[in-house]
Amino acid sequence: MTSLDSSVPIKLMSRQVESLADRETTQWQIAPPRGWFDLNLREMWDSRELLYFFVWRDLKVRYKQTAIGVAWVVIQPLLAMLVFTLFFGRLAKMPSEGLPYPVFYYTALLPWMYFATALTNATSTIVDHQRVITKVYFPRMILPFSAVLSGLVDFAIGFILLIGMMLYYHQVPTVATLLLPLFMLLTIATALAMGLWLSAVNAIYRDVRYVVPFLVQFWLFASPVAYPSTLVPVRWRWLYGLNPMAGVIEGFRWALTGHGQAPGVLVLVSAGTVLVLLVGGVIYFQKMEGTIADMV
Amino acid sequence: MDNTVIRIDKICKGYRIGHRERYLALRDVLAQTLSAPLRLFRKGSSREPAADYFWALKDICLDVQQGEIVGLIGRNGAGKTTLLKILTRITKPTSGRANVRGRVGSLLEVGTGFHTELTGRENVYFSGSIMGMQKKEIEQKFDEIVEFAGVGKFIDTPLKHYSTGMQTRLAFAVAAHLEPEVLLVDEVLAVGDLEFQKKCLGRMEKVSQGGRTIILVSHQMNQIRRLCKKVAWLDEGQIKKVGPTAEVAAAYEAAILSRENGGRRQANAQKVKARFRHWEIVVPRDENPHILKSMGPVKVKFVVEVNEPLRMLHNGIGLYSAENQLMWGTATNIASLEPGVFEFIYELAVLPLKPGPYRWRVSLYDEHKMLDVWDCSPDLLIDTESHGHTVDEFAGLLNIPNEFSIRDEAGSPYKVRAVRGALWV
Repeated sequence: MTSLDSSVPIKLMSRQVESLADRETTQWQIAPPRGWFDLNLREMWDSRELLYFFVWRDLKVRYKQTAIGVAWVVIQPLLAMLVFTLFFGRLAKMPSEGLPYPVFYYTALLPWMYFATALTNATSTIVDHQRVITKVYFPRMILPFSAVLSGLVDFAIGFILLIGMMLYYHQVPTVATLLLPLFMLLTIATALAMGLWLSAVNAIYRDVRYVVPFLVQFWLFASPVAYPSTLVPVRWRWLYGLNPMAGVIEGFRWALTGHGQAPGVLVLVSAGTVLVLLVGGVIYFQKMEGTIADMV
Repeated sequence: MDNTVIRIDKICKGYRIGHRERYLALRDVLAQTLSAPLRLFRKGSSREPAADYFWALKDICLDVQQGEIVGLIGRNGAGKTTLLKILTRITKPTSGRANVRGRVGSLLEVGTGFHTELTGRENVYFSGSIMGMQKKEIEQKFDEIVEFAGVGKFIDTPLKHYSTGMQTRLAFAVAAHLEPEVLLVDEVLAVGDLEFQKKCLGRMEKVSQGGRTIILVSHQMNQIRRLCKKVAWLDEGQIKKVGPTAEVAAAYEAAILSRENGGRRQANAQKVKARFRHWEIVVPRDENPHILKSMGPVKVKFVVEVNEPLRMLHNGIGLYSAENQLMWGTATNIASLEPGVFEFIYELAVLPLKPGPYRWRVSLYDEHKMLDVWDCSPDLLIDTESHGHTVDEFAGLLNIPNEFSIRDEAGSPYKVRAVRGALWV
């Protein structure tokens, strides 16, 4: 059962708050951390404006002092796509399921780069905001959330480029495109789940931030970005799906272009993995939350 | 009707000594695990041997009523900030609990969430939001905030082009417009220019008049005296004394300044011609003969022992402030004194000094030769109601009861609301 300890909103009778009658009065109980699941959804919901402000500020700050600003958002995946096309495509002759290499790689790189950036930002977010954390209270979970959400703007811009590219290569989207938001949701959930774990661990063990770049790199090669998942033998496919990004990326490619197979099993296993990671991440983060200010 | 807004019940906060190091390196944990892999599986976890706690707070109990301004005083490291951090929920207590009724706003530093790359406007929005304001609220108060800060046309300039003073003012302006039911303020008013401090204090007084509750940490005792009716004195993580401001503030000042020996001076090893033994207030008589609770008249006595006949005696006396500034002094020439014990009595018609600790310095000369100079211990503690400005810097040295009124040209009283305090905002 969810512990009601840390926040029991109580509307007091109006006579008790004469001078503050127009406000909703809440009562807080402050108590030692207890229980293993203490998620306060109500509080998270009440803080949605702050979440918006965190994302908004992050975006503002990110592009304030850059010479070409938002252009970076486009340049990064574009350059990556060129490199992949050249080396994995033209030179290594990787199978691309009948897709032009640029489309094959860009459709995978777009969600991948979103994921990699979101993960990296989310990991360092607690430490990056330690000043604020030690000076004011807000639900700490907002931090990894906002780190994950602010990457979506970059993703959206990159997506416009993708549309242009598909037009150029005469790729006609299929009905499966309608499933795209689902895959995106899975990506966000994966980044968030990992972000919750890693940001909390990073607050205690600063080594984590050195580990994350390696993690991202290994993860890239463990995901079907540079190659199609059909290269993986069918009987190992379910195991491959334990990597949530495998399902996501394959699904992305399939939903957009109709090429390749519908990644049914892969996505199901991926979704299951993400769910477990996410619930675990929330529990772990919640457990750390009360003492995070003492750690950073 | 229960008016208690904050009820703190046996709050403790302990830090495991090892954890006080800022953070752990994974490598340390790995190394520990590798060197004794089995420990991990042993009962009672390996990394936590017989827990060695440092108690930042121990059994804190405190009730705060609605509309009260409660001062929190104590030396550095006494746990004041930790207590505020627990009440704001920045950190959780190790044990005990607290109930807080209403929206809590905290002001542990100025400019929480400020980013130098962003413009003043952007910072106001973000900072306001993180301190608990709704977007709608910020929009409503935006013009007021800008005016309060006095940054005017610079509001759309990045913060990095602001002077430090401007940044502070803007930060304060945001904070000053927070309207939580409970406001927790750490020593933030120590920064910023004085004019602005006045403005903020005025704002704070106004806020509490509106029925809001404030807990204020400050080292400026005059500020505490003026703003707070009730004070809690924290010492080494425990509440040493809590009660009416005058009482607790006096006890606190007495404790930090007195070198307890009851005003009696240690006897010198060698025999001297004459020396001061001790001092005390004779009138008005208080439990503690070194605390003065009125502005006069005052009768003070200094006990002098004379061991050899003195022929051309000279006695000097001075009263010094804590900043070592001479408040008052005089001297007397005395024809002669035979051996014996005497009381030198000074009767002062008034002693209108602002509350705080003071020190007597008395001296004895004979035939132009110094016999004794004594910086009297313990200090004289003046514990009267302050009639000066809330801000120490503006209160001056003297404590003068005063009235204020406005009359029109015809000399008849002009009726207008006038409230004493810091700058009206």
